[in-house]
Amino acid sequence: MEMNDKKLQVSAIKDGTVIDHIPASNLFKVINILGLDKIEKQITFGTNLESKRLGLKAIIKLADIFFVDKEINKIALVAPEAKLNIIKDYKVVEKKIVEVPDNISGIAKCGNPKCITNHEGITTKFSVVSKKKVAIKCHYCEKITDSEHMEIF
Amino acid sequence: MENKHLVSITDYSKEEIFKILDLAAEFEKNPNQNLLDNKVIATLFFEPSTRTRLSFESAISRLGGKYIGFTDSSSSSVSKGESLKDTIMTVANYSDMIIMRHPIEGSARWASEVSRVPIVNAGDGANQHPTQTLLDLYSIRKTQGTLDNLNIYFVGDLKYGRTVHSLLQAMSMFNTTFNFISPEELRIPDEYKLFLDKKGLKYYEHRDFSDIISHADIIYMTRIQRERFSDPMEYEKTKNSYVLKNKMLENTKPNMKVLHPLPRVNEIHTNVDENEKAYYFTQALNGVYTRQAIITHILGLKK
Repeated sequence: MEMNDKKLQVSAIKDGTVIDHIPASNLFKVINILGLDKIEKQITFGTNLESKRLGLKAIIKLADIFFVDKEINKIALVAPEAKLNIIKDYKVVEKKIVEVPDNISGIAKCGNPKCITNHEGITTKFSVVSKKKVAIKCHYCEKITDSEHMEIF
Repeated sequence: MENKHLVSITDYSKEEIFKILDLAAEFEKNPNQNLLDNKVIATLFFEPSTRTRLSFESAISRLGGKYIGFTDSSSSSVSKGESLKDTIMTVANYSDMIIMRHPIEGSARWASEVSRVPIVNAGDGANQHPTQTLLDLYSIRKTQGTLDNLNIYFVGDLKYGRTVHSLLQAMSMFNTTFNFISPEELRIPDEYKLFLDKKGLKYYEHRDFSDIISHADIIYMTRIQRERFSDPMEYEKTKNSYVLKNKMLENTKPNMKVLHPLPRVNEIHTNVDENEKAYYFTQALNGVYTRQAIITHILGLKK
């Protein structure tokens, strides 16, 4: 059939990073955290794909983009089970899992409406108090925000 | 490492706490010392708290210092929309130390990051009030002779009571046994129980304010506020169940003392005041010595 000839080339990238096992509902948060909307490289997104573990998952393929651990670990707040495949010359040369960092800055909003960070233009800072079921403690108001109530900027 | 600021009780190590308490004992013996000669201290009360402000201003006056400030934000540029950062940076130019009370949580931490003079937190919303905690510790040590291995009973509003949370954090360093007596709606939050679990400390929760207090070394009473209840009927039912009466003290330990951060409404019957186990007014007096200790310690005037 003619259709086959018109199929988009999305299945493989030559060099770059594939981020898999993102919960579908958090795809756009991941895009935000990594600032992918400002990158001028070729990026392919897939979402609402079936996953045994996550229900519905999303995947991001980024051509010619490689992340340092510190940067990619920021997405652990919204995609704690994400897996990275590093691709070089069409081959997976490295697999990585994300790790919830000990401290985070400027990504999440403090869940306490009476917190100073929600009243003056201050960069939020948190220490991570639980990594399994992510919970973060505000450096300013000392209140704990859990993953269910976490808002990402 | 000594802290330039006092924002949260958790900033202080055991050693630094002891240093403050020892200094406070010294000020109790000799309260009038001109250590703040030529020093100006700002007392910025973005919300009114007459008791805390007077206690600080008394401490400054006994040290021979001068103070400037405002007693609520309607009389300051805050009412014109000035940010906290701008207020702090400006007042830091006029003073050697800023003592601040603010309704927003985390405001004192933020102020400590933008101020070039030391910040002392005199209460930030429902978060911290470390000078209250230090005066509570001073009162406990003075009456019990130690802070170690005590059995402390917190009574009343344990959910919103900031003094309870901070004192719990501080006392957790001293192998304390905790008893929490409160109505269902005002139970101690899970995060503090988790905190005690992690430290391996014993705690017990009770609904009834009864003869279980016979084991107490300290009873720490708090006020139950009407606005904490979603159901006004519940408040009416509850408010009289957590009242300490003179008769209840009959079977308590001889060393036991009753503490209260004040102001009191009806949770301690006035007939308790004459009982030698009532300590809350002396506790308030201790606040002046403790604040003298904190101010001189932070300014490096007492080694």
